[in-house]
Amino acid sequence: MTSSKYPVLAAAVTAALALGACGSSGGGDSAAAEDVPGVTDTTVTVGTHQPLTGPAASGYSSISPATKAYFDYVNDNGGVHGRTIEYSVKDDGYNPANTQSVVRELVLQDEVFAILGGLGTPPHSSVLDFLNDNEVPDLFVASGSPTWNQPEEYPYTYGFMQDYDTESKVLATYVQEEFPDATYCLFGQDDDFGADFKTGLEAALGSDGLASSQVYSTANTDVAAQISAMQAAGCEVNFLASINGFSAQAIGTAAKLGYFPKWAASSAGGDYNTLSSYLGENTDKLLEGFISANYLPAYSDEADEWTAKFKEINEEYNPGAPFDGNTIFGMSLGYLFVEALHEAGEDPTRESLLEALESGSVKGNGHVPLGFSADSHAGYTGGMITLVSGGVQSYTGTPYAVDGDSVSAYTEERAAMPENGIPQ
Amino acid sequence: MDRFLFLTVDGLARGAVLAAFALSLVIIWRAARIVNFAQGAMAVTTTYVAFTVTSATGSYWMGLASAVAAGLLLGAVVERTVMRFVGNTSPLNSVIAGLGLLLVIQAILGMIFGNGYRAMATPFSTSPISIGGISAVSPYDLFIFACIAVIVGGLALLFTKTSLGLRLRAAAFAPDLARLLGVRSSRMLTLGWALSSAVGALAALLIIPTELGLNPHAVDTVFVYAFTVAVVGGLDSAGGAVAGGLAVGVVLSWVSGYLGATLAPIAVLVLLLAVLLLRPAGLFSMTKERTV
Amino acid sequence: MNPLKSLLLAAGAAAALISLTFGLEAFVSYQLATVCAYLCAVAGLTVLTGSGGQLSLGQAALMACGAYSYALCANALAEAGIEGPVLLLAPLAAAVLGAALLGLVIGCAAGRLHGPYLAGFTLALVVAIPAVTSTFSGLLGGDQGLWITVEKRPAALRGAVSNEQWQSWPAILCAVAVMVVLNNLLRGRFGRQLRAVRDNDAAASLSGVNVARTKIISFTVSAAAAGVGGGLLAYITQSASPGAYSLVLSLYLLMAAVIGGIGSLTGAVWGALIMVFLPHSINSLTADLPVSADMAQRLDGNLAIAVFGTILILVILLAPRGIQGLLSAAARKFRVTAPTAVPAPSTPPLQPQPQLSTTKGQP
Repeated sequence: MTSSKYPVLAAAVTAALALGACGSSGGGDSAAAEDVPGVTDTTVTVGTHQPLTGPAASGYSSISPATKAYFDYVNDNGGVHGRTIEYSVKDDGYNPANTQSVVRELVLQDEVFAILGGLGTPPHSSVLDFLNDNEVPDLFVASGSPTWNQPEEYPYTYGFMQDYDTESKVLATYVQEEFPDATYCLFGQDDDFGADFKTGLEAALGSDGLASSQVYSTANTDVAAQISAMQAAGCEVNFLASINGFSAQAIGTAAKLGYFPKWAASSAGGDYNTLSSYLGENTDKLLEGFISANYLPAYSDEADEWTAKFKEINEEYNPGAPFDGNTIFGMSLGYLFVEALHEAGEDPTRESLLEALESGSVKGNGHVPLGFSADSHAGYTGGMITLVSGGVQSYTGTPYAVDGDSVSAYTEERAAMPENGIPQ
Repeated sequence: MDRFLFLTVDGLARGAVLAAFALSLVIIWRAARIVNFAQGAMAVTTTYVAFTVTSATGSYWMGLASAVAAGLLLGAVVERTVMRFVGNTSPLNSVIAGLGLLLVIQAILGMIFGNGYRAMATPFSTSPISIGGISAVSPYDLFIFACIAVIVGGLALLFTKTSLGLRLRAAAFAPDLARLLGVRSSRMLTLGWALSSAVGALAALLIIPTELGLNPHAVDTVFVYAFTVAVVGGLDSAGGAVAGGLAVGVVLSWVSGYLGATLAPIAVLVLLLAVLLLRPAGLFSMTKERTV
Repeated sequence: MNPLKSLLLAAGAAAALISLTFGLEAFVSYQLATVCAYLCAVAGLTVLTGSGGQLSLGQAALMACGAYSYALCANALAEAGIEGPVLLLAPLAAAVLGAALLGLVIGCAAGRLHGPYLAGFTLALVVAIPAVTSTFSGLLGGDQGLWITVEKRPAALRGAVSNEQWQSWPAILCAVAVMVVLNNLLRGRFGRQLRAVRDNDAAASLSGVNVARTKIISFTVSAAAAGVGGGLLAYITQSASPGAYSLVLSLYLLMAAVIGGIGSLTGAVWGALIMVFLPHSINSLTADLPVSADMAQRLDGNLAIAVFGTILILVILLAPRGIQGLLSAAARKFRVTAPTAVPAPSTPPLQPQPQLSTTKGQP
């Protein structure tokens, strides 16, 4: 019946079947039911796609080594339920065409258990359908797009970061409390990042809350035109929906124009260490009072038990690599996966892994709660303000939790770190 | 009006550097009929040399001198080791060899220096000076203009007033005839590559501090725009490269300022199309494109 | 070779390739499908640049046009509740039409440009793609691009045939069809006119060839082939996004065409195979080098690119006519030394190398 819809192809199939009947398909569908892909008695294999080369590598290539260092640490301490974690990192150069190829290689050829922390909205978007069609857990996507939180359509995909909408509302709430009468403006990237941020800000500040909204394109590093327009519009507090390089470019260009407003940046473009590598020797002067939002342990806060532990792991398992926001990000992502795998039981399956996440028993190490439940796959659902003071970026005040359009103070304590930083 | 002036001057400053980079492409084109796709990667390499020297000595000028020297050397080495041996069965082959070099150089830089951006200092302030209440030009912009003027003037003198320039031109336009007349064409070719690479080195050194910083991919976009500039101006014309550079710089700035940064690449495409429809071999093509 | 014979040969090739997929793992089937998609674009470039002498860096833009045409058409059909073969064939037709139309426009605008001027124009075109998708993000989905509803394998085949294997079949059929059409075009009157224009457009014009029209047709044909490639990529990856059709892709397509041997369509096959399998195998080979953690991070990705670049340079230096040129030379030598051997009938004669218009200027 169905084959009659495709006369030409059906003929070809028949011919091919006759010619190559000896061949075996070996596709995922015919795998034996009790085999869990990527899981053996002693190992669990997970994969990821990361920009290790190309223009995007500068901001992100240090994340996956940190995740790997954390896994190595866990493996050296007995693994998870006796299994070690193998982490297969594939370079996609932030190019969706490469992402499609390497993710298929991971899933179809290497048969990984799950994809973990795939980085970037455009690259990961391009494999979203593939991963969900193949029922591969697609965990903790490293991007702030709300796309990953669509449990109905993409039941296998889970977010990680606070999404752009959440983040913009946290920043707007704080800025309104601190600078109630200021003129607010936005400098944003000309894609979903900037657009989502703008929507969130306007929901929090009112539809006329932004006096000026400027966009930049990553194809053009000269942003003098946009910054001078913000200066002319009298902007006093500027939100930055920009990646680190362009946050630095905006701040540096403003300084050249003798323009020193307050800056409130997305965590995607608000990392002090990274910004300082762009801004060079003037960093401290330019970034004093710089506002951003985060949710993970602060790398400058050595009193934080997580930070201390991660720093220790970084020195032993990732020698020579600097300890910064990317390190914390990579290790926290690794921790969250280890926690989920631990909760998935003695003999984890893809189903039990997702059940563990949906049950809400996986808490992570953030200052705000994860959104995971049966009807939400959102990552961290709030944020905490960071301020730069005297060359140190650290948290201030209490975290904010965001639920729809309502932003409220979140007062619950973060879960204590398990002994040795490994779920017991 | 202030804004118009601001955008125009900002565009001219950026355009001047694009012009310098385009000029380096024009030099190779005139010498060897090759569009060198590795030019950007070569210029980044020399900027890393400058960065290393400046970090070690603390002197910007030492860095600048070493970048130019490294540029001369690198250009000669690339010509002597790779480009010389690319067969002339098809001009496409030199394009592919250039692309291969581009990949190799960027990968090696990534291995040695890592992927991170490094901030580069400027020798002069980048804050605009206020003249009559309007602030538009910074001392660094003036430095850029001065450097470009020196490059253009120097090249013009070299090519028109010196016997070396005459031999360079002769070797480029009629290599066999020139050889008969006693010009060592092959040496002239190497010299052309060295000169071009040095100009590229200087252009990259000038523009990288105003961009995101030093990175193996730091001049990828600059190369693309510079190629466009060279085509707008006419690949055979140094004057065209300068005019094209300033035009593209100003168009980029105006479009970003008045219409939105997103549209800038489309505006460049439209500018290019308009110019090429009127003059298929660029604004300043001296000779009519040969029809045979 | 007469048309009927070549048609039979093509049908045989398609059947052989399709039966081959039964012996392949799903991932290799996917790679084979991408080879087919890239082959269409590279073969188009072989016509335009190899036989036509026009250096274009815009092939990725035309593929993008094909991919987006496919995506818009497929999603519109899916929304209207249409499925079955129409959901595969109509979007592919849209991809060909969309890209051919863009090719026609480019041909009209840029047909009289020569050498690097055409390269510069087509370069600017590719660079403008993200700007176009951002400007019309409502329709084209901005940086994220579009997700595409594609026709999945029929229920009857589930379990026996993986989705990747299924998707490779239309890709194989389309690629073979494109090769047959281009081959016939190049061997016919159009091919002769095209080569005449490339070698000497004044002489071609004197002998009655309409130079402008020939160039515009070559742009359109090449674009249509790229459109098939873009449509196929959209189909097998279920997405169309600007990042996948960057300048880098254009440059890789050009490298594939030249390394394979731009003088003939067979060279395009080698080129497309290299484009997909070479980086992949270099990556696999360099991944497990026993080096320190710090060194491994520096080499990760970079080493593979350095090796790829070195291979490119070496091939250009040692085999300037590409792989096909090397094979043809070897075959000729074989024939000379062993005159009794029967030459393989499927090897097309070596065509002359393209002469791009880079004649030296006047002093």
